[in-house]
Amino acid sequence: MRLEPKPAPSLAITLLFPLAAIAATLALTSILVLAAGASPLSVFHLVAKGAAGSQFALLETLTRATPLIFTGLSIAVAFRARLWNIGAEAQLYIGGVVTVVLGTAALPLPSIVLIPVIMAAVMAAGALLLLGPAVLKTRFGVDEVVTTLLINFIVLLFVSMLLEGVLKDPMGLGWPQSQKVVAEAQLPRLIQGKRLHYGFVIALAAAVVVWVVMKKTVLGYEMRAVGHNPEGARFVGIPVNRTLMKTALLSGGLAALAGFSEVSGLKGNLTLDLSPGYGYTGIVVAMLAMLNPLGVIASAIFVAGIFVGADAMSRAARVPSYIADVMVATALLTMVVAILLTRFRIRWR
Amino acid sequence: MSSDPVLRLSRISKRFGPLRANDAISFDLKRGEVVALLGENGAGKTTLMNILFGHYVADEGTVEAFGRPLAPGDPRAALDAGIGMVHQHFTLADNMTVQENIALGTERLWRLRLDRTAARRRIAQLSADFGLAVDPTATVSTLSVGERQRVEILKALYREARILILDEPTAVLTPAETDALFRTLKLLVAKGLSIIFISHKLHEVMAVSDRVLVLRSGRLVGERETGATDRRELAALMVGQEVRPAEASPAKPGAPLLTLERVSTLPYNGAGLDAVSLTLAAGEITGLAGVSGNGQAALAALIAGIRRPTDGTISIAGQDMADWSPRAALAHGVARIPEDRHAVGSIGDMSVTENVIAERYRSARFSRMGFLNWKAARRFAEKLIADYDVKCPSPEARIRLLSGGNMQKLILGRALDPDPAVILASQPTRGLDVGAVAYVHRMLLEARDRGAAILLISEDLEEILAMSDRIVVMSKGRLSTPSLRGERSIRELGELMAGHDGERSDHAA
Amino acid sequence: MDALEILFTASFWVATIRIASPLIFATMGELICERAGVLNLGIEGIMTAGAFAGWFTVYSGGDLWAGLAVAALVGALFGLLHATLTVPLGLSQHVVGIGITLLATSLTYFTYRLALPEVTSPPKIEPFQPLPIPGLSSIPVLGEALFTQTPLTYLAFLTVAAVAWVLYRTPVGLAVRAVGENPSAVEAQGISVTGIRTGAVMVGSALMAVGGAFLTTSAFNSFFFQMINGRGWICIALVVFGSWRPGKALIGAILFAAFDAYQVRLQQISGGIVPYQVFLMMPYALSILALILVARRATYPKALMIPYQKGER
Repeated sequence: MRLEPKPAPSLAITLLFPLAAIAATLALTSILVLAAGASPLSVFHLVAKGAAGSQFALLETLTRATPLIFTGLSIAVAFRARLWNIGAEAQLYIGGVVTVVLGTAALPLPSIVLIPVIMAAVMAAGALLLLGPAVLKTRFGVDEVVTTLLINFIVLLFVSMLLEGVLKDPMGLGWPQSQKVVAEAQLPRLIQGKRLHYGFVIALAAAVVVWVVMKKTVLGYEMRAVGHNPEGARFVGIPVNRTLMKTALLSGGLAALAGFSEVSGLKGNLTLDLSPGYGYTGIVVAMLAMLNPLGVIASAIFVAGIFVGADAMSRAARVPSYIADVMVATALLTMVVAILLTRFRIRWR
Repeated sequence: MSSDPVLRLSRISKRFGPLRANDAISFDLKRGEVVALLGENGAGKTTLMNILFGHYVADEGTVEAFGRPLAPGDPRAALDAGIGMVHQHFTLADNMTVQENIALGTERLWRLRLDRTAARRRIAQLSADFGLAVDPTATVSTLSVGERQRVEILKALYREARILILDEPTAVLTPAETDALFRTLKLLVAKGLSIIFISHKLHEVMAVSDRVLVLRSGRLVGERETGATDRRELAALMVGQEVRPAEASPAKPGAPLLTLERVSTLPYNGAGLDAVSLTLAAGEITGLAGVSGNGQAALAALIAGIRRPTDGTISIAGQDMADWSPRAALAHGVARIPEDRHAVGSIGDMSVTENVIAERYRSARFSRMGFLNWKAARRFAEKLIADYDVKCPSPEARIRLLSGGNMQKLILGRALDPDPAVILASQPTRGLDVGAVAYVHRMLLEARDRGAAILLISEDLEEILAMSDRIVVMSKGRLSTPSLRGERSIRELGELMAGHDGERSDHAA
Repeated sequence: MDALEILFTASFWVATIRIASPLIFATMGELICERAGVLNLGIEGIMTAGAFAGWFTVYSGGDLWAGLAVAALVGALFGLLHATLTVPLGLSQHVVGIGITLLATSLTYFTYRLALPEVTSPPKIEPFQPLPIPGLSSIPVLGEALFTQTPLTYLAFLTVAAVAWVLYRTPVGLAVRAVGENPSAVEAQGISVTGIRTGAVMVGSALMAVGGAFLTTSAFNSFFFQMINGRGWICIALVVFGSWRPGKALIGAILFAAFDAYQVRLQQISGGIVPYQVFLMMPYALSILALILVARRATYPKALMIPYQKGER
């Protein structure tokens, strides 16, 4: 069997194959639905309804999409440079920690100043967290996949320690949770009385900024060159290691913003279950968007819809809500195959 | 001796996308014959042999070995039928011993134990019978190129090959090693083997073969008895048209533009440099000959800026280069044409436009305040495509879609556009067809006449002899004294390449 | 008891060997995959799936060995999926591996919830019982540690010996080592690169799943979410630490397990001054440290993570 490169694919093909991947995902997960004794059509219908069938559902989907846009961007940036950042989960939690620390420190600043200050500090913290594995990769040749994964566990334990110790909410009835951040540190809601908050707007803005950086700036060019061919990049004078460092800073900062957004916009405080795996789901979001920053917005909303819809569905039908996780993982794998098929033809001889 | 052919190829055709790599090729190989498969780069020789050996499946056509049809697409079938192949790029596992490499795949996969003793005995026997001395317990990574080739031949003999295919076997050998190989081939023929010898080098084909098959653009365009033809006829068949090779007018060397003073480096794809001194003068082409792995890659990496010297100094136009890097090299007018246009010279998945500005994207011409000027970049790409007659779908097409020759033209154009003072050309014509080779040579000569100092590194001794105003030979990380055009004979150069000192010195100014 | 005395108790060494056992299986599994040139990041998910499959088979009425067989089969299937995507299709081993971990984990959780929808505390099964080896088990300290373990632990050690034998003394092991170094060498000798790599990944994944099943059938006696807890990633570090050699990797696994057993006991005697999370962090931090220490000298299989394209076009 051989792979033969296709000439540059048309736009139609570039969209057709990912849609085929989603279709394949639905077909494969139908098998699980049938195993659960339910009808695939009705289950998918319930999922769709739960995701976007009402104003409430749609707002919930957008709310759930917000952290996914941040982690999706983080990973799209990193993977473009072939920096395998699997530590977005840890970077997210660090962002949450910094938000709480600054948000409960009674700083005499108005919201318009405090929020950007917190955002800057959050991004710095996330950036530094990924810098370690990046340095280990460039200096010592240590694979960043394993180091970022292990750091996820370390940071989660660290947060648990903080929540039972220094950051513990004295009024929290003994639960490991932090105090609520002050009102000036909270992101306002977009619509009164609903959960959708300004974090969503910031996420959209971040996507646009990242898109501009990748397409139009020198840094974006360097990142993409390093991701495609580090040897070739080094040869033409691109500072490969420095570019990887900058990539790590940007990627870590973006993932940390997810934590900031959840604490400051949605929850108000930090708990151990702040993230049900947004750092890992971000990988799927990024790959479904083919690492395109603007595409991340669409794929984040899509993936969020699956989770929100599955939650609603599993309350009505007898199918466990984990079907969403299966769908998302299947979508990742079918998507990488689809991307391959847009660029190569399979020749059996 | 039977006169039935041991091998018969009938109307073999193979297409890769729009490219016809092989077009209805038919020929016979008789027992005890040495047949040369001649053709320039890209003619389809390797593809044909890959089909024979089973790496590819032909779209049409059949192969018969020893009168029986050969199952396509199965290297095991080819091996069982008695066909052995010495590939152009060696197929050896560096971390394993000679014996392990030879024994690989020769025993049934599900046996509970490797039979080491039997293997060792058999290898020793074959070594003695065929004069291929090699230590079976040696790890392959420690072997020289000539020794590795002997292992490859032993691999085929161990599997009782009766037909041996050798793909460009002399590309990496010194003249003396080439002679040794030819002697081995004669011995193999005497013991009853039949040989197919792939080459693009006319003098070797004339020296070693009984019959020559000439391939051009995938088609078999000529079949001659070697005794009944000559180099001119073969060259004409190979190329199909009158191609004037580049003519070099005498050089007028000027001021020294790049000087290496007792420079040493760490090993890089072979030996590192050992106290090398070299001066490149304006308006002169210095040819560097040598067997690959002796330090050429380290020297190229050094001048390109991707490696720093551990000792010694680099100076450009008299100025010491303390902080050396690709950026520093580019800033001081050093143009680089790298050895591997795919892995290093280009970024395959980026567009032509993105590739041509790769060395100057930070200049005011292409960027401002951190933002790239894609309009200017595209204009530059269009200019290069026109000036250098590059065939490509569009400036936005991915560069990996271009043919080798067209990609090399772009790399050349990118390197020569800023009118560089120093040009490093590392194997610049490797894998190119004759037309593209002549083009590259013409461009380099024009640059030389404009006053550039050129270092031409090549494994092709004929290219070195044709193009260089003076020649240095690299062996084991050290440089010979330079000789002017015509001063040294091929035999003398060959001895220097093999490391027989003669006149080795520290300073080759 | 003080910090040093812990090292001389039999219970410490018993715990060490017990903690090491699942790591040994999974590390051998990953080692085989990487020796063949394939980085298998599906290990965490495959261990999860194996843990569940083993437990569920026993819970549904099968015996313990049947549970292991089912776990191995499940692992092999995920290995087949991984190999199909990464070997003939040449997709990124990083992305596919993470995808397999996500898929295996989510399928496991889905199946668990489907099979036991109302359960709040995980149901228990009857695990492997310790099987003392007569005579040897009465040696002080060592006897208890090495020869009074469950049959599955003995199997783990036998597996190391088997892997070493196959890799270095059989034709198929030779092919596996060659394909991770230079696949074209294997192809040129008439062996299918796809076949060898796929087989290696399937066998390796089966071993990983058995490692996961150890946790539910021999260490704990039920399945609970997040039970693998990063052990898969630690095994990847152990393969590097062991320079891709079975013997060295075994030593690495035991050293690591010793450290883990030690930190648990240290926590008990430290009296709560240091937060327990610090102790729990140490194994992960140690793995990172181990990776840094060996990184310079690491002799990767040369073809690791590089997809192979037939022929020389």
